[in-house]
Amino acid sequence: MYQWDFDVIYTYREVLAVGLLNTLYYTVACIVGGLLVGLVEAFARLSPLRIVRLPTHFLVEIFRCTPLLVILIWFYYALPVLLGIQISALTAGMLALSLYGGAFYCEIIRAGIISIESGQREAAQALGMRRADTMRRIILPQALRRMVPPLMNQSILQLKNTSLVSVLALPDLIYQGQLVTHETYRPLEVYTTVAVIYFAILFPATLLVQQLERRLDVKG
Amino acid sequence: MRESSQNAIIEIRNLSKSFGALTVLRDINLTVPKGGVVALIGPSGSGKSTLLRCLNLLVVPDGGSVSVNGSSFAFGPGKRLPGDRALSAFRARTGMVFQHFNLFPHMTAAQNVMEGPLTVLKQPRAQARAEALTLLEKVGLAEKADVYPAFLSGGQKQRIAIARALAMKPDVMLFDEVTSALDPELVGEVLAVMRGLADEGMTMIIVTHEIAFARDVGDRVVFMRDGLIVEEGPPEQVIANPVHAATRSFLSHFNR
Repeated sequence: MYQWDFDVIYTYREVLAVGLLNTLYYTVACIVGGLLVGLVEAFARLSPLRIVRLPTHFLVEIFRCTPLLVILIWFYYALPVLLGIQISALTAGMLALSLYGGAFYCEIIRAGIISIESGQREAAQALGMRRADTMRRIILPQALRRMVPPLMNQSILQLKNTSLVSVLALPDLIYQGQLVTHETYRPLEVYTTVAVIYFAILFPATLLVQQLERRLDVKG
Repeated sequence: MRESSQNAIIEIRNLSKSFGALTVLRDINLTVPKGGVVALIGPSGSGKSTLLRCLNLLVVPDGGSVSVNGSSFAFGPGKRLPGDRALSAFRARTGMVFQHFNLFPHMTAAQNVMEGPLTVLKQPRAQARAEALTLLEKVGLAEKADVYPAFLSGGQKQRIAIARALAMKPDVMLFDEVTSALDPELVGEVLAVMRGLADEGMTMIIVTHEIAFARDVGDRVVFMRDGLIVEEGPPEQVIANPVHAATRSFLSHFNR
């Protein structure tokens, strides 16, 4: 019978805490980066110009249709060779996560914008509103309400996705867990603890999204 | 040829429009004098709504020209399409009311009415608000100023949509089947507002299936079918004694 011993976790709590902080830091970075990428890609995909629209679509599909693990490794090992420059693991990791997440954010933002009935645009145009004002004052405020829940869900996925950066030896929660495992030979306790930490962050976050969804729904 | 257009506020010349292989408007000519009220009637798919939408260029015609109160645009091969700025400036001079209201759901009634003056005319907020309240008063909805559209009836929504269009102080008002989506008991309140506007001398083009209203308020009735103007004239002629068989056949579906 296996003897669980969580004392080792307490002993190495600071190592894991560093991992948790780094995971949160990577999450914020790749959510912000991903949203920026997604926003630019969404408007590029809505552009009337084919030369803007088509390459962006292609780029988005590349990231949507490739496993994140492959993208991470490719950005760290292949991209530097291709460009002839040095890329740190952190840069490669954040770039990969932002572009990967951005592809999904892009589709959420684009779907939100095109889901607004054409009558809204027409009513704004009929008042004499310019294209940018129509987007800013009429389309986006309505689209944003529809986008917020899926954007938050995607951001939750972004947090989970950061767990893969450990393959680039970035010191996130998983990587720090591996260190503790190597020191203590207690993988069951370590990974149980790591799982509980992820859950403790993400479960309240999903509840928050559900609540927000309901609130936005009520207001119409 | 144009002597009749001395006091014309709307002039449509040789207007044509196709959607792909489907021709919706063929060589339409129409002149509306200032203060004129034109009722556009005809079966579904006759091109009435498209014609109306060509007047504020929500639909860009393929050929011909459109002129509203001195600003005119010509369309056809070799003619450049107007840009965003020119289009917006042109549209700001025409008010349009839609079948499905198209109120902005994230804004209150007053904010809906203020949106054009604030964003397009750059009016100060206080002035826009004051004028919006006056207009809401005019359409009988002053007490709904701070209510969101979701909490209003169809008739109330449509009257707010009219106030929103009027807030831009347009030269002409275009009405696109504005009572077609309303419950029958709500039609009257919207028509009453439109009648009031006509009495004040507003130039109006009204696409409608309300034949009785067209007869009472219109000083000219235009009957369209298959993208053509079949017959036009004063209501007592077009509605009471139509010349063309097509007009008679269409009107036979209504109690006149």
